Amino acid sequence: MEQVAIQAKGLSKWFGEGDARTNAVKSVDLVTYLGEIVYIVGPSGSGKTTLLSMLSGILRPNAGTVTLEGEEIWSMPNDKLADFRLKRIGFVFQDYHLFPRLTTAENVAIPLILRRTPWDEALREAEKYLDVVGLKSRAQLPPVKLSGGEQQRVAIARAMISQPDILIMDEPTASLDGDTGRSILSFVKANILNEKRCILVVTHDARINEFASRILTMEDGKLLASARRVE
Amino acid sequence: MSGILKLAFKLLVNDRAKFTGLLIGITFAVFLMIAMTSMFAGVLNRASSTVINIGAPIWVMDPSVNTVANTIGMPDYTLDAVRSMKGVDYAVPLFSGGALVRLTDGTYQSVNVIGLDDTSLFGRPQMETGNIENIYAENAFLVVHDSEFPKLNNPRIGTEFELNDHRGVIIGIAKVTTSALFGVPTLYTTYDRAIQYIPNPRYTISYILVRPKSAADVIQIQEQVRALGYLALTKEQFIHRISEFYTYQTALGLNIMLMTAISFIVGLSISGQTFYTFILENLEKFGALKAIGAKSRELVSMIVFQAGFTGLIGYGLGIGLCTCVVGLARLRIPDYASIITFLNLGFALSMVLVIAAISGYIGVRKVLRIEPFEIFRG
Repeated sequence: MEQVAIQAKGLSKWFGEGDARTNAVKSVDLVTYLGEIVYIVGPSGSGKTTLLSMLSGILRPNAGTVTLEGEEIWSMPNDKLADFRLKRIGFVFQDYHLFPRLTTAENVAIPLILRRTPWDEALREAEKYLDVVGLKSRAQLPPVKLSGGEQQRVAIARAMISQPDILIMDEPTASLDGDTGRSILSFVKANILNEKRCILVVTHDARINEFASRILTMEDGKLLASARRVE
Repeated sequence: MSGILKLAFKLLVNDRAKFTGLLIGITFAVFLMIAMTSMFAGVLNRASSTVINIGAPIWVMDPSVNTVANTIGMPDYTLDAVRSMKGVDYAVPLFSGGALVRLTDGTYQSVNVIGLDDTSLFGRPQMETGNIENIYAENAFLVVHDSEFPKLNNPRIGTEFELNDHRGVIIGIAKVTTSALFGVPTLYTTYDRAIQYIPNPRYTISYILVRPKSAADVIQIQEQVRALGYLALTKEQFIHRISEFYTYQTALGLNIMLMTAISFIVGLSISGQTFYTFILENLEKFGALKAIGAKSRELVSMIVFQAGFTGLIGYGLGIGLCTCVVGLARLRIPDYASIITFLNLGFALSMVLVIAAISGYIGVRKVLRIEPFEIFRG
């Protein structure tokens, strides 16, 4: 039986008030399961990123609930929610957001450092994860010395070092050429995805559809009913 | 050091250009602040040089006297009155006045003459060369070996000069703790010779130096002197009075305060602007940290650490730079009046902490306001 990873009910978000009010996400219901890669696709301004932000615990919804493996995240106080994100959710940002003044290994170690892991131990662990993404030899280089694809792998290693249950990837192929993009998703599917993890991907890139378990389409803040499972 | 602070440290120092800019700003500000205030401390110290060097516990003077250099003579009966006061162990007269001496090469030089009580020589300086008892010899003077000494053509024992057509002879060379402020050499002689050689108004006692029987008698003596129409100050009170005069009744204090304020503003501008730019450049990264799970207080501690660390390093460099400059200046300019006191250092430290706090506050505000959601929106 499939185990639920994220369950959202009646999730809504609007910005502004009165005439200036914009409804970004309109009463979305969503269920994702451990062991699947779920794509959220749709045109710009359709509310994908807003939905992803609410599902990952960084943007408070105006209405609705988000339950991650049985815990309603938006009822948590801020510090507990930050802890929850640190331990249970991994983020891969569109622009990677790696610190250019730190080494690659130090960048990867950041989540462990935030979890008060001793510095040297965190770096040793980071090197293990760099090994997993095939970049151990680049551990002491600053991220700016790496290619776009390599930086994306570093970002994935950073997201994975906390061994999160949920991996959030925001436009993971936006800055990459087609081949590199496909190789990244192929790598994620082969090495990162497992039966205890759910991966949520926001993307415009139809070239990587082959790696999705399900593709959910958003339009005007609503999830279209035509969400389909990819085989 | 905790991992988060080490992270903050690496983010700061690995950005060498910004870190150098920050350090230069704070170092420069500290250097200027300490240089200004230590110069002021040096001037105040020298302004009180006679009080410090003579070292009497209580000084009796005319109430209008504000600085040791501008004396108002007191009649002889004042000395008798003070000597008869309760709590007075002993009291002696002191003469302090300016004169012109004619050197052997025919040139004239202004000097400050201190006339010590003939009987006790109370307040006499420590001898470097010669015997203090020779001060009782005919026309005898001691010369102080300070930064002004060369202006008397580096006199030796036996060197002669003229003072108001009186012959003077150097019978000893003395050393004192503090050089005088006004750039003139100092001669010591006996009180009687001083008032005999130097033209004076009707009253000749510049100060009455008093030693109380005990510390508890000081207030009693001050009250009795006040009843007489004069002013009795302890050594510390007199130094404070001189400092107050130079600080508030001359432009000196105001100018130094203005320069110090300008130094502070310059330091704050450079450091605040550079730190703000540093935070702005890393803002998205801080947002990413927030999204990953960093708590606000952890981000605040990172920024406070960065601001504080930069401030303290800049403070140390500023002190070092100032010490070097003061040291070098003293080598080249013996008259250079500058003393780095703990008060100067404490003041500069507090100003640096204010600079760090303001710079940090600007950064903290910016970082706390960033929404991790913005990171997703790119």
